[in-house]
Amino acid sequence: MAPSYENLPLEDEEFDESQIDFTDIEEQYQVRLDEGLDAFVVIDGLPKVPDDSKAKLVKFVLRKLNSVGKVKEDGVFMPLNDETGQTEGFAFVEYNAPNEAIAAVKQLNGTPLDRRHTMAVNKLTDIDRYGREGRIDEEYHEPHIEPFHEKEHLRSWLGDPEGRDQIAMYRGEKVGVFWNNKEDTPEPVVDRDNWTEAFIQWSPQGTYLTSMHAQGVQLWGGNAWSRQKRFAHPGVNLVDFSPYENYLTTWSHRPLQVDENHPVPSLSLEEDGKNYIIWDIATGKPIRSFATLDVPTSTDAEGNPVKKKMQWPTFKWSSDDKYVARMTQGQSISVYELPRMNLLDKSSIKVEGVMDFEWAPATPKRESIRTYEQLFCYWTPELGSNPAKVGLMSIPSKEIVRTRNLFNVSDAKLHWQSDAAYVCVKVDRHSKSKKSLATNLEIFRVREKGVPVEVVDSIKDTVINFAWEPKGNRFVLITTGEIPAGAAVPPKTAISFFAPEKLKGGAPGNFRHVRTVDKVNKNAIYWSPKGRFVCVATIGSQDSMNLDFWDLSFDKAKEDKDETKDLMANLQHMDQADHYGVTDIEWDPTGRYVVTVASSFRHTMENGYHLYDFKGTLLREEHIDRFKQFLWRPRPPTLLSKEEQAEIRKNLRNYSKVFDEQDLAKKNTANREIIEARKRLLEEWLAWRESQIEMLKEMGAEIELNGGKVQQEEDGDVEEVEEIVEEIIEETEEVVG
Amino acid sequence: MRPILLSGHERALTQVKYNADGDIIFSVSKDHVVCAWFSHNGERLGTYHGHQGALWTVDVDPTSTLLATGGADNTMRLWEVKTGKLLKTWDFETSIKRVEFSPDGRQLLGVTEKRSGHLGSIVVYEIDPDPQAEQTSEQSLRIVCDESKATVAGFSYLAQMIIAGHEDGTVSQYDGKTGELLYNAPVHEPDMQITDLQWAPDRTYFITASKDKTAKLVVTESLEVLKSYPTDTPLNSAAITPVKDYVILGGGQAAMDVTTTSARQGKFEARFYHKVFMEEIGRVRGHFGPLNYVAVHPQGTGYCSGGEDGYVRVHHFDKPYFDFLYEVEREQANL
Repeated sequence: MAPSYENLPLEDEEFDESQIDFTDIEEQYQVRLDEGLDAFVVIDGLPKVPDDSKAKLVKFVLRKLNSVGKVKEDGVFMPLNDETGQTEGFAFVEYNAPNEAIAAVKQLNGTPLDRRHTMAVNKLTDIDRYGREGRIDEEYHEPHIEPFHEKEHLRSWLGDPEGRDQIAMYRGEKVGVFWNNKEDTPEPVVDRDNWTEAFIQWSPQGTYLTSMHAQGVQLWGGNAWSRQKRFAHPGVNLVDFSPYENYLTTWSHRPLQVDENHPVPSLSLEEDGKNYIIWDIATGKPIRSFATLDVPTSTDAEGNPVKKKMQWPTFKWSSDDKYVARMTQGQSISVYELPRMNLLDKSSIKVEGVMDFEWAPATPKRESIRTYEQLFCYWTPELGSNPAKVGLMSIPSKEIVRTRNLFNVSDAKLHWQSDAAYVCVKVDRHSKSKKSLATNLEIFRVREKGVPVEVVDSIKDTVINFAWEPKGNRFVLITTGEIPAGAAVPPKTAISFFAPEKLKGGAPGNFRHVRTVDKVNKNAIYWSPKGRFVCVATIGSQDSMNLDFWDLSFDKAKEDKDETKDLMANLQHMDQADHYGVTDIEWDPTGRYVVTVASSFRHTMENGYHLYDFKGTLLREEHIDRFKQFLWRPRPPTLLSKEEQAEIRKNLRNYSKVFDEQDLAKKNTANREIIEARKRLLEEWLAWRESQIEMLKEMGAEIELNGGKVQQEEDGDVEEVEEIVEEIIEETEEVVG
Repeated sequence: MRPILLSGHERALTQVKYNADGDIIFSVSKDHVVCAWFSHNGERLGTYHGHQGALWTVDVDPTSTLLATGGADNTMRLWEVKTGKLLKTWDFETSIKRVEFSPDGRQLLGVTEKRSGHLGSIVVYEIDPDPQAEQTSEQSLRIVCDESKATVAGFSYLAQMIIAGHEDGTVSQYDGKTGELLYNAPVHEPDMQITDLQWAPDRTYFITASKDKTAKLVVTESLEVLKSYPTDTPLNSAAITPVKDYVILGGGQAAMDVTTTSARQGKFEARFYHKVFMEEIGRVRGHFGPLNYVAVHPQGTGYCSGGEDGYVRVHHFDKPYFDFLYEVEREQANL
């Protein structure tokens, strides 16, 4: 199976070209000479009217036609049927220029005229080309339906008896998928050269492995790692999946060029000039395409244009694949409904000044709301005398659930908690003089009645990073002091842990500060996907690259009481690790392991990875030249109910006993194998040495047998060497007098 | 094992050698001077002056009477070890990259560099072990390497064969008498230069180091690769330890790239591997430039390394070094 498109050169050198039937290709790529008819279009689907109303109809149609170009004077010819005396329902139109005709086809085809009539606009040359006699079969043929092929099981990896996780690794030109074997070498599943041209990516539930090529994107999966789908998008740069893997967005910085001379499989003229394509993964067909929006150029304080940073993903998916939305910065948010990709209520939602928005990562369960809804959060900056605003909008009702006014806002970041129970808006506020910055956290309690907002304003410094505990209600943030202008060394940072107070009945109360660790260099937070454990690291720094592992629910001895007892957290530092040149950190989907990667995408120093367990114990390290990516295969959400999960958690000890036994047995066999292998090597070596010494003896190689020492005749003149060893035991200095 | 630092050279070391008794270390460097040191305390015994260019190579005969050196001044010289007297100078068209005495000390081999108009070659001279005797100017053998130049070479047991490592990663076996090419084997990656070739004490096998980041243990007789030691850095030198079944590998980022990387990055460490199991056992840090040569004490009690940083570091092995045994080795020893 060739892991790339089938445009491989024919290796057979001796073949007769005349043997090959090229007619299909010739037909497809037929060079069309200028027939002088390129400015003509044929309009179809017009109402049939008697001769006297013809002029009126022509006038009506002309209004439409002139919207895209200029129709030649007397350029509309609408033939009459001699028998009925009525028009035929079609017309020939000549434009001034061929490109106007093309524009008419692109824009006017399918325009509704009234309730019963929809106008079809085609180029005359196309009608001639495709509709000429003999090109269309008069008889109806049943379309050929491919017999059903059983597809491979795409989730078979979940059935691993040991419950191991898979890893995709991209190093050098090779991409491989492996089983994680903890401290042992990962067990290869598949390993291929040149599997991708740019990078690899898992789909969000781990079903597909995505490879990037100049011609498009390919998805791989199943037991045999065969190609599942491909999406032709020449020059594609980025891809993004919807959460349930129903849809795929591809983006290229270069507008697509699709026309007769550049045909692209499964794309039509519709996609010409577009940058984004939204695909249906099941059918492999594009649903809708979009061009990149121009972001209004802004200028910084000195009046220099700010380099525009593209937001990716540009099209953001709601948590259930039902909606996808894109923001036109400063103006509106366009929400599209799937699967048709039609604009919700046929219009974008006007949000003046909107800077950013973020969907709730799960279907929200607001109190006393029974109807289906998805939420997104957005913020707008201060406009004139109006304050900055943060809002929560419900879709499809477009009702604003909650807004909050903010003042002196420089920037805001939206952080949803993974269950959509909270959304934290990190607001960077400047003082009146605009000289100093401070950060406020505005935490919306989405599930509580009326969506109360809690403000954490005890933070004096700028918050550079913030992360919620997945499936939990605690968070970690990193603050930094003022950055002195032109300082070479980045300022020290501080890590702060927050947790809610424990209320009666176990409900989470207000958020309270737990502890701050200051004077560190950390800048990145990685929570375990199951919560509780967090790894705080320094990424992309030249001089410090250590990472700390923390436990927020540490089991403490009962008598050990302190002031944090009324908080829903018990913080414990577990371990510290060091990985030189670390660029990426990733938890495995089960929260058992953490991998730190030094990727050659960023630098070429000591590329490779370290594997830790959740406690921060180093299990394995491997240096691999030109190591690029280490990606855990994501897992789909569990199928077990809450009760079943609780049951398992309760009986964890029984399970772990079994696992411990398995691990021990495995280790023993592995050790035995290693010892056997060593024994064999040693025996082979000793036997070989024996034979070599034998050979030297036969040849009388005395010097060699003596280890290279030439025997000198003893001349009885023995020299006696006396060696005096002096050892200084102690040295003391005394001041005399 | 606290190393002794020999800081007598002003420029990068190119080769270091123990004599057969292991009491003297000879070192050559790009600063044109040959130094002799007492290995047990690092005291300098003397220097040999005369070369006009960077020195590439040094060797001492088995009786520690004669010393041969070669360098970039296109000469190969013979010295009396005891007095430092220059006994003989052989002139060439190109520089001398490697010299080596035969096991009995009666032949001396030199590897000449390739330069426009001159092919690389291996030359052999008969040597009179008497320091008073007149040495011959006549080559007893000349092997021209027209395929790929030789970078390292040495005599096999009984000087029966000459083994040479080449720039293209291959190893050749020549007849020691006629110079006829007997065999050529691709031992390392193609076009990855072989940087060192050192013998096991009885010369039935040897180790090669290469820029392809591996060292290989090769059988003299068949050029069959017995063992391979992969590392993560280009290697400049590899040595086989007597007594214990280890090999020591030295290397590091190429000298020209070093200034752009930190010492940690450069991997300027001597690496110990188990000779038979091919597993890394440990590393010794210390140099702040790549290791250009590692040499092992003939009795296996220590080793020394010469670095691009201009230092020779002499290490004496501690007791744990000798005590360390793999479980299977211990079983074998108790049989």
